[in-house]
Order: sequence, then structure tokens, then C-alpha cells
Amino acid sequence: MDLKLRRKLLNYFALAMSMLAVVFGLFWLFWILLNVFHLGVTALGPDLFTKMTPPPGSSGGLLNAIAGSLIQVGLATLIGTPFGVLAGVYLAEYGGHTWLGRTTLFINDILLSAPSIVIGLFVYAVYVAQVGHFSAIAGVYALALLVIPVVIRTTENMLVLVPDSLREAVFALGTPKWKVVTKVTLRASLAGIVTGILLAVARIAGETAPLLFTALSNQFWTLDLNKPMATLPVTIFKFAMSPFADWQRMAWAGVFLITLGVLGLNILARVLFRPKHRN
Amino acid sequence: MKNDSPTAALTTQISFKGLNFFYGKYHALKNINLDIYRTQVTAFIGPSGCGKSTLLRTINRMYDLYPEQRAEGELLFNSLNILGKGVDINHLRARIGMVFQKPTPFPMSIYDNIAFGVNLHERLTRADLDDRVEWALKKAALWDEVKGKLKQSGMSLSGGQQQRLCIARGIAVKPEVLLLDEPTSALDPISTMRIEELIGELKNEFTIVIVTHNMQQAARISDFTAYMYLGELIEFGVTDQIFIKPLKKQTEDYITGRFG
Repeated sequence: MDLKLRRKLLNYFALAMSMLAVVFGLFWLFWILLNVFHLGVTALGPDLFTKMTPPPGSSGGLLNAIAGSLIQVGLATLIGTPFGVLAGVYLAEYGGHTWLGRTTLFINDILLSAPSIVIGLFVYAVYVAQVGHFSAIAGVYALALLVIPVVIRTTENMLVLVPDSLREAVFALGTPKWKVVTKVTLRASLAGIVTGILLAVARIAGETAPLLFTALSNQFWTLDLNKPMATLPVTIFKFAMSPFADWQRMAWAGVFLITLGVLGLNILARVLFRPKHRN
Repeated sequence: MKNDSPTAALTTQISFKGLNFFYGKYHALKNINLDIYRTQVTAFIGPSGCGKSTLLRTINRMYDLYPEQRAEGELLFNSLNILGKGVDINHLRARIGMVFQKPTPFPMSIYDNIAFGVNLHERLTRADLDDRVEWALKKAALWDEVKGKLKQSGMSLSGGQQQRLCIARGIAVKPEVLLLDEPTSALDPISTMRIEELIGELKNEFTIVIVTHNMQQAARISDFTAYMYLGELIEFGVTDQIFIKPLKKQTEDYITGRFG
């Protein structure tokens, strides 16, 4: 067989294999999405957004779980983001090369990949067990602890991507360091940092394990952060495990809502991160 | 564009006296003694790695950003040793502007790119700031191309325009010296020509120090030329003399392209 033909066949073979791998991966993804949409959409209805989680056999909705998720995810993001961004700025602009900086980054990476149930148990031990009851605020703390390492990593990554030549140009005008960071390098990496925050939100929106030991759940409406509060993931967990068909249907509706929300956030992050004008 | 008699009535603005520079343990500049004259164009030439950019970056103490780099000796700017302690570096950099090899527009509007440096060092009214931005853009020969779109991002300009924006940003602060670190090496010939013309105009008001790889460029635009090799200043003199009748064989070999 001559060399040219051999190369051509090898090329086709490699191409076919990689396409097959893509199809294999996407097949499951689309199957999951199709299932979620099919089972989720049929369970949708106006009650879902206006009524509380019902006892088995009676009609109800997911209003308290939706509100609980929005409140806890929102507060956790509000608490976690400033810590994450500030720590990321420190690591990228100030202490990145020091012993403290490198160690912090290493520990942050461990925290980033820590199973979320560990975080939940940690908050249970240091907060829930001390105050003696489950509460929404404990859930917020656990979720915030998950947000922080993600935001630290993306902020640090995005700032390090800002070329040193830009930094030098800002310093060359006689700019004090804090202004270099706040007015130029943070601004240059804003889209990336916002993307990181959105991805962190998407991650905690679906977390169940850290909430089981902290916020627990609540069948009723509450806005009191010192009481247990329902969330979509825990409600799904509870309802999907139950033997009642109407609860299972509502679990699917919840899954559909979370999937839609996370998908929306990911698309938003993509749109934000799309470079506007680059040479 | 050049003065007819470049040596007539010169005053020294920057003076290197026994300057040594180190990247960690590496001795990059060895005992540099050199005078740079007010409102003249001085070019640093030499093969890659000879230390010409390093020398330029000592003048505004750019090396301060990197803890492992240090300079020894004296570097006088208007008779003040700027390597000494107690020098206000931000104030120094307001008086010594710099333009880099790659255009570095800030991620903000064209107007804000220029106003940024001005606002650091002066409190101007809105009207005065508008005037300053227009003045700087006109000086940098960019005004006619951008006057209708000052609110647009500086990143939306072409490479040559971005580099002129950076020059405008530098002169808006009204420095005494402009340092140009290979300002045209990333640009096409037309943009290069425009920048070279611009340098010819700017030297009436600013002292200009330029690092260039392009010897024709040094010959075209500079009044004085310093030839450097392996961290040493080999020869310094009036550009015409360096290019027509260099004193040292080494300089002649580089300029005639026999090595480098």
C-alpha cells in the first residue's frame, strides 16, 4: 500500500473514531434532556408556582421550594462573591508568587474539588450542632463555602490572563497599584469573572448534599432564615424517593425547572464571555 | 526633519553615570555612561539581548514592578538621581511617558483612554478635560480619524491607530520625556511612516528616546544614536556620524550588516 493512501485511510479512521466518541457522549446528554423535558413539561401547571408542597394525595405546587432555592442561592452568592473576588485579586496581583499565595491557591484547589457533602457536614458540625436546629442560614453558609473557591479560581485565572504589557502600560502613566487593579485589570477581565460567578451559581443551584444537613427542608412557606427552609434539590430528592405518583411527577417538574435555570445561566455566561472585538 | 547642527545649544536632560543593571544574578547592563539631550531624538540600537530595552526601562523605573530586578549607579533626570530613595515613582512616570512595542489600549472608550492618565495627576473641569483630550489626539495625528467616535472602545481601532492612541495617552499627561520601546515593530509600513512623521513633530516639545531594531529607522528619525552590545555601550554620538563614519570597527560591522 503506498504511503499516501495509508495516510488517507488512517486519517479517515481517526476522524470516524472521534466522531463516534462525540455521538456517544451527546447521545446520553440528549436522552437525559429529552427525558427531563418530556416528564417535566407534562407535570407543569399554574399550581406549581402558586401552591406549597402538598402532603401525598392532595394537590399542591413547589412555590416554597422555588422561593427557598432563590433565597438561599442568592444569599450564598452575595456572601461568597466578594470573598472570592477579593481573594482572587490578592492571588493574581499581590501574593501569587509568595509562599502564602502559592499555598492558598493549592488549598483552594483542594476545596474546589472537595465533595459537597463534606462542606455540608462541616457546617453541620460548627453551626447547626451548636445552635441546635436546622436553618436556612446554615444552608446559605454551606452554599457560600462552595461558591468561594470557584470564584477565587476564575478571578485569579482571568486576572493572570491579562497581559503584563497592559499592566506595564498602566503603571507607565504613573498609576498607583490599587487603581491599576480596579480601573484596568479587573475591568479587562470582568466578563470572565462574571462568567465564573454565574457558573458557581449554576453549581450550587443543583446541590443537594450540603443542604440535607443544614437547611433540611420545610413543607410550608417560610422566609425566616432561622427555620428550616425548602429548596428545589432537597424537595426533588424527597419526592423522587417517595412511593407516591403525584410527588414523583412534581419531582420531575422540579428537575425540569433546575435544568432550565442552569442551562439559562450557562448560555448567559457564554454570551457574556463572547469577545466583543478582538484583533 | 533633523536639526541642521544637532550639537548647537544642547542641554542634558537625562544622564546615566556608571549604571549597572541586574536581572537576579545576571549582569545585564555594565557601567553605562550616557547623556540624553533635551528635545532631541536619541535612538538605542544593537542586536537582540544587548540591553537596549533594559536601558530604556530604567529611565521610568519600569523594572520596579519586578522584585528580582535592580539598578545600581546614578541616573540623573534634570540633575536629580531618580534611582535614589524617596523618589515619587508615580510623579516621575507622569513626567516620563512610555509607549510599548505592542499597542496597549485600555479596555475603555477612546476618550477615557486619554483622560485616564490626566485624571491621575490633575483635577480638570469637564471642559478643560475635553480640550486636553482633543489636544493630545491632535498632537498624535489621530483626531480626524476618531473625533466622531470618542465614546467607542479603544480596542476597536486598527493597530496603527491604537499605537497613536497610546502615544496620545502618553503626551496627554504633558511629560517632558517620551520613551518609545520599538513602537513600530508590530505595525505595517504605512502606519510606521505615520509614527515616524509624528516623532519628527513631537521632538519639538518632548525629549524622545527610542529603541529600535530597524537601523534605517534610527538613521531617519534620530539625532543621536547609541550602539549597544552585550550590555555595554559601545559607541554614542550624532546619528550621521555613527552611520557614516563610526569610530569603532564593531559599530561599523553592525551598521553595515556584517553581523548582528
